[in-house]
Amino acid sequence: MNDHKKHKAPFIVLGIILLLCFVINISLGSVSIPFTDTMKIIFGTEATNNSWQYIIWNYRVPKAFAAILIGSGLSLSGLLMQTLFRNPLAGPFVLGISSGASLGAAILIMGSSLLGSLFSLSFINDISLAIASSIGSFLVLFAVVIVAARVKDTMALLIIGLMFGSITGALVSVLSYFTNAEKLQQYIYWSFGSVGNLTWNQLLMLLIIIFVGTLISILCIKPLNAFLLGENYARSLGVNLKNSRFFIIIATGLLAGGITAFAGPIAFIGLAVPHLTRQIFNTTDHRILLPAVLIYGAILMLLCDTIAQMPNSSSVLPINAITSIIGAPVVIWLLLRKRKMIF
Amino acid sequence: MTAIVGINGIGKSTLLRTLGKVQPPLSGEILVNKKPLEHYTPLALASEISVVLTEPIASKNLTVLELISLGRQPYTNWIGSLDEQDRHKIKAAISMVQLEALQHKKCYELSDGQLQKVMVARALAQDTSIILLDEPTSHLDLYHKVHILKLLKHIAHETKKTILYTTHEIEIAIQLCDKMLILEKDRSSFGEPCELIRQQSFERLFPSDTITFDPTSGSFKII
Repeated sequence: MNDHKKHKAPFIVLGIILLLCFVINISLGSVSIPFTDTMKIIFGTEATNNSWQYIIWNYRVPKAFAAILIGSGLSLSGLLMQTLFRNPLAGPFVLGISSGASLGAAILIMGSSLLGSLFSLSFINDISLAIASSIGSFLVLFAVVIVAARVKDTMALLIIGLMFGSITGALVSVLSYFTNAEKLQQYIYWSFGSVGNLTWNQLLMLLIIIFVGTLISILCIKPLNAFLLGENYARSLGVNLKNSRFFIIIATGLLAGGITAFAGPIAFIGLAVPHLTRQIFNTTDHRILLPAVLIYGAILMLLCDTIAQMPNSSSVLPINAITSIIGAPVVIWLLLRKRKMIF
Repeated sequence: MTAIVGINGIGKSTLLRTLGKVQPPLSGEILVNKKPLEHYTPLALASEISVVLTEPIASKNLTVLELISLGRQPYTNWIGSLDEQDRHKIKAAISMVQLEALQHKKCYELSDGQLQKVMVARALAQDTSIILLDEPTSHLDLYHKVHILKLLKHIAHETKKTILYTTHEIEIAIQLCDKMLILEKDRSSFGEPCELIRQQSFERLFPSDTITFDPTSGSFKII
């Protein structure tokens, strides 16, 4: 199809940018390591400095991979939600999915003291955290889906998403009020969002979750395209609405919930990237958009993480602050150019 | 080609949408090729019935070509790539409705009338034996109304398709349709337009103190 040829060039360019961002991301950090040494360490040649090698392989490379996975996954979940709800402003953060995950995590981290010996502290490991926040995000997602079936108005849906966010926020506040300082701190650190501090094992789990989510999305490309016409037309094109909707929701929940579990709630990436991608590719075809969104999301997340690291300084900014500072103006800019906001 | 006519709120769209399985039936049974409608899988039905609805499409960011290509979905593979035959059908649909000049435009750049033509083309690309259209010509000017309806009639006769559409343009329908269905509160009449005129079915459609029907010219007169 000649359509694919037309989009080849931007894909190649994006791929090169991704590679560049990856290299930049791992060559910058709080400890200044010369670029040539970074390259040497990555390509396995003898390093001049053992601690540099340790930093790169055990800190920077996993962090860069985490940024790629998180950026891609969040962007894809944003794309899925925008198509599913046929709403250009849909995204995991806006519709309260991330808040749901936060509630799940909060209950696990802080609620254990309230619920007593049912959960012991040692029980809070990565898997239980991932499960808790995934359950939280799925619950909110299903609530939003049920509400979305009743209200046709896009604005109403967004407001309802915000309200779900408020409710979960309130519950989290109640939990924080009753919990001890140590657990509160643990939760707050989680809620800042972070792409660092993931072990290779955690990365592998994240990879599996995102892989499954992406695979389901790829299998849903055809119904996703049909959904662009609206549900009634999609049905008339032979789409099994119930199944397709179900699988798209599962994929979204896996991606948004899984990522939030490991990296905390990360704002705006899911909302902004699909729109930015549409600016480049100028198509609505999910066969193009899906891979493009994955690459673009990874690039943006790597950049945000590079900034958050504040190269050559010892402090690290919360990643959530950076994505918000970059993401929110993007959304405002898109809203002002109304035409382009049409998804 | 059959037109469904009747006053506002009598249930033209409801009937059409029920026939297209867009909404569940209130009562009764619908058979397509002697098989109950509910026994069809969505995919099997999609190669039997295509629809053009009055509701706006969700994404106006689609190009005309992309939108019409979506009509081939029931026939494409799991990821929806178009083969030679699909592209041929799409091209044919575009040229039938004379949309060549518009095919790379985005839907938000089109007028309502142009969009209606695109939706008709999409239904044609779906290549089904039954096409249901809900007020397909409401935004078109007289020339394009007649053009689309004549085209549909031609297609219906040429390819032995069943085309069923709802309309308020009764006079055009009388001139162009093979059959007409007049929906009324307590009775409905179905038949060839001339026959319906003879049965004085059109006279009953509107209150006779405002509008009367002239059987010789087949048109309505305002009193």
